Amino acid sequence: MTAPGTAATVLEATAPMPSPVIDLRGARKTYRTGDLEFEALRGVDLRIERGEYVAIVGPSGSGKSTLMNVLGCLDTLTSGSYRIAGDDVDDMDETDLASVRNEQIGFVFQQFNLLPSLSALRNVELPLVYRGVAPAERRARATQALERVGLGDRTANRPGQLSGGQQQRVAVARALVGEPALVLADEPTGNLDSRSTADVLDLFDALHAHGRTIVLITHEHEVAERSRRVVRVLDGLITSDAPSGRAVAP
Amino acid sequence: MSWTETLSTAWHAIRAHTMRSLLTVLGILIGIAAVILTVGLGLGTQKDVSEDISSLGSNLLIVTPGSSTDSSGVRGGFGSASTLTTADAEALGSDVAVPDVAAVTAEKESSQSLEAGDANWTTTVTGVTGDWLDVRSRELASGEFVGDGSTDEVVLGPETATELFGSTRVVGRTVSIAGTTFDVVGVLEAAGSSASTDLDDTAVVSMTAMTSGITGGADTSVSTIYLKATDTDAISAAYQEAQSLLLALHGATGADAADFTIDSQDSLVSTATSVYRTLTVLLAGVAGLSLLVGGIGVMNIMLVSVTERTREIGLRKALGAHPGAIRRQFLTEASILGVTGGLVGAGLGVLAAVTLPAVLDSSIVVSPVAVAGSLAVALAIGLVFGVYPAVRAARLAPIDALRSE
Repeated sequence: MTAPGTAATVLEATAPMPSPVIDLRGARKTYRTGDLEFEALRGVDLRIERGEYVAIVGPSGSGKSTLMNVLGCLDTLTSGSYRIAGDDVDDMDETDLASVRNEQIGFVFQQFNLLPSLSALRNVELPLVYRGVAPAERRARATQALERVGLGDRTANRPGQLSGGQQQRVAVARALVGEPALVLADEPTGNLDSRSTADVLDLFDALHAHGRTIVLITHEHEVAERSRRVVRVLDGLITSDAPSGRAVAP
Repeated sequence: MSWTETLSTAWHAIRAHTMRSLLTVLGILIGIAAVILTVGLGLGTQKDVSEDISSLGSNLLIVTPGSSTDSSGVRGGFGSASTLTTADAEALGSDVAVPDVAAVTAEKESSQSLEAGDANWTTTVTGVTGDWLDVRSRELASGEFVGDGSTDEVVLGPETATELFGSTRVVGRTVSIAGTTFDVVGVLEAAGSSASTDLDDTAVVSMTAMTSGITGGADTSVSTIYLKATDTDAISAAYQEAQSLLLALHGATGADAADFTIDSQDSLVSTATSVYRTLTVLLAGVAGLSLLVGGIGVMNIMLVSVTERTREIGLRKALGAHPGAIRRQFLTEASILGVTGGLVGAGLGVLAAVTLPAVLDSSIVVSPVAVAGSLAVALAIGLVFGVYPAVRAARLAPIDALRSE
């Protein structure tokens, strides 16, 4: 605990210049299987500011999934440092990491990962359940999040009763409900037809317009082009980091 | 995550696999019901036996031949030639030597075939002295008791009378025992059966008739002498007096050299009780084993559940579930299985305890302690056997769990 005076000073000092959402420095990740060693990340620096819409692209095996796991606090670095929204996660234990995931990150997965036995509303409520939000407030916020993704009339439906595109929109609502610093989407359109893909990407556009920070991992060129900044990963290194064609156009 | 939330999540997961959960609960249920029933049966038998012994009268002392074991080991006499005689019984009737004994009776038993016309029936014939009816707390249904010293009078138990004559109104009829003809002078009131003997199937004759007519010879030994103390408080005084008198009569130097044993009703009850208690513990132990097996069933199903729901666990962790919350969720599931089994098992056990005695002809005592205890055990089983699966679930790395198919 810091003394009240010091805390005030810190607040004043940081308030005008908020810390970046993602601040990754010299990130290395080595996997060991018996005698085999595999370097998935070989020294990655990445800084993403609030409000950015970034696509991370690369072929399979390039290390982009590892990067996504590290950014999502689902995996820890072998060396290097990672700060998310100012929180240094390098020395955190699983309990603290769980809290960081809960408060700072909203996940959208390729497989949707909705719990089949729960209604759309209950699925969206889950992050708030683990945050300890009271039931009434939880329900209100989850309903609001479902309305935002255009599923206000589907709150009682179970995932099995929804189309793939609708399920992914429920997942986006779940990612948003906790007001996280970062929405992290891992191949969010990988399991969707072109119509649903367009729906979900439109949704991301709208979120971006409202100032959300979005990081999207994909191997599809068209999806990456919808973002404002494209980071290419190959063999565990960032090979290019540039604004997307769309970002320069308007 | 609040407790109500955890409970409802666990309940949800259990409901998702109704059949599997029911079978798991069945394992616990059987164990709990078995424990409640066996303990109840044990306690019931214990109660029956001590009531039987109490029905002998609360101020009764029982003298049997042979000695109890002492520090030097088992003494001879027990089961062999009787060391008690009719003379001992007479001496114990003295108001001077044993003032705290109100009444005395000696018994000598012999298994004999009774004949009445074409019917014959084998039963225990008991030769008695003194105030048998009073000391043994029996009453006559009709007629009168055998006269002291009579050689041709018999009193029949109601069952024996029915077996021989088809009726209990048999005063005045005759019965042949070991070649001697006896007049039936009375019939005993029914007293039910005790743990060891049928009190209603018996024939009582005087000691004289027994020694001269039935067993023959001048054998004056007796099987048992019963003493009735003047009242319950005088039991220990009567015990002391009877013991010192018999020691003196038998020329024994001290209590260690006694060739007889005096039991009070209390000591009989405590012996019988301890025997049945051991039996109860044994039976409950066997039932407890089935409970253990039920517990392993819970663990098995929880491990299956963890494996099956690896992906769900990964997702919950990704969404911010602490390892503790995951652990609590699985522990709660296991506990619900355990407690449900416990509650239903206790219900069935109590139900069986209420309905079975009518069929089994033995009482079952439902002990609240056993019921509460087995519920606690059921909960503990859920917790203990749920710990390992729960810890395993909590330890899953979220990334591996999410990747699993």
